[in-house]
Amino acid sequence: MIGKSVISLDDLSIAQIQDLLHKAQYIDAHRKEVSHTCEGRVLATLFYEPSTRTRLSFETAMLRLGGKVIGFAGAQLASVTKGETISDTLKTVSNYVDVVAIRHPKEGAALVASRAASVPVINAGDGGHMHPTQTLADLATLQSRFGRVNNLIVGLCGDLMFGRTVHSLIETLCRFGNVRFVLISPEELKTPQYVIDRINATPTCSYVEVRDLASVIGDLDVLYMTRVQKERFFNEDDYLRLRDTYILDEDKLSLAKPHMAVLHPLPRVNEIAVEVDDDPRAAYFEQVKNGMLVRMALESSVVGDDLPGYEPLNPKEVQA
Amino acid sequence: MEVTSIQNGIIIDHVPAGTSLKVLEYLKIDPAKTKLALIMNTTSKRFGSKDIIKIEDDKDIDLDVLGFVARQATVDVVRGGHIVEKKQPHLPEHIVGVIKCVNPRCVTTSEHDIKQMFHLVHSDRLEYRCDYCDEEAKL
Repeated sequence: MIGKSVISLDDLSIAQIQDLLHKAQYIDAHRKEVSHTCEGRVLATLFYEPSTRTRLSFETAMLRLGGKVIGFAGAQLASVTKGETISDTLKTVSNYVDVVAIRHPKEGAALVASRAASVPVINAGDGGHMHPTQTLADLATLQSRFGRVNNLIVGLCGDLMFGRTVHSLIETLCRFGNVRFVLISPEELKTPQYVIDRINATPTCSYVEVRDLASVIGDLDVLYMTRVQKERFFNEDDYLRLRDTYILDEDKLSLAKPHMAVLHPLPRVNEIAVEVDDDPRAAYFEQVKNGMLVRMALESSVVGDDLPGYEPLNPKEVQA
Repeated sequence: MEVTSIQNGIIIDHVPAGTSLKVLEYLKIDPAKTKLALIMNTTSKRFGSKDIIKIEDDKDIDLDVLGFVARQATVDVVRGGHIVEKKQPHLPEHIVGVIKCVNPRCVTTSEHDIKQMFHLVHSDRLEYRCDYCDEEAKL
């Protein structure tokens, strides 16, 4: 993976994804040992739109590996206001740093950046398009909760039409295979056809589409919640009618399996009641921690710094 | 309907009915500067109706572009009034600089120095998607 840009998770093989998840767990258990892994390295965080959570996660990841961080947040601070293209910015920044994390409101911006840069570029979100490290954080959370990312019944609930994290998670889980998806959404926010096609094209995966969360929650190993946004509806009546159906509270959680994991890409608004936070099934803040750990795994991997004492899962496949 | 045959040039046959002007545009052939005949909405045994484009000139037809905009079309090369070669365009895996992405959030709308690129996703559905944002291509 040395020198590799990661724009979408399709850029990585299953073996490489598994190795990153394995590395994340190793890092968590060996934080002190890995704290000098990227000494002398510099990460640039080029955030053309604000995203405090993601930027802090990328930056903390490099700092915890012993490296340093430069960058900007908000395009108004950058030379983009003077009309510089993404390509030119990346050609410049490549001279300063060892790895770049870029977030941009335009879809495809990270690919443009990676083609211009001479150092690896990690996509930290390009509009509504891709956000691969979020999916890695989701997978790492499944891995830490269940010891696996497949052979699970995964419910996804809320806005399944516009939620990029949902599409990316489904598509990546299909690559692993052996997952049953329960797609819980209002008619207006159903999963797009191209995502359904991906499930249908995977013989070991299946799906069912339902509208009511309470009726299926008892079947699930994982419940991935998303926000149902008012602006996605054509009329307010529909929104008000459906809004509460997709709020997870203690009552609904009481119907779930004792070891079900509740995930959410965050930030939440009201779709998970605060009372759920104390339930051991709530895994969404753990997801945040896993996000940082997978970013540590990814940053050290693409710059080519080995974690002291780490043994790769399948060295030949990971290098491929 | 009769149109005088060409002596040396090419015939693009089986063009979907009513689309020949658009096909010329994508092939970057300017009808104002080219000696050509268009037959539109004529009968086709295979497709019911079709357009035919006859060009009295040696034109290089980009078969990838033709395959993309008019998959069913064929190209006949005419020499001395006879068809000497028949070409069948294939669906190209990749098309560059032919159409623009329609997604207003695509990076190609703001980065003007990059080329518009699309890749084939589904050949039966003739589905192409933008290399950058994955939006489906629209002619």
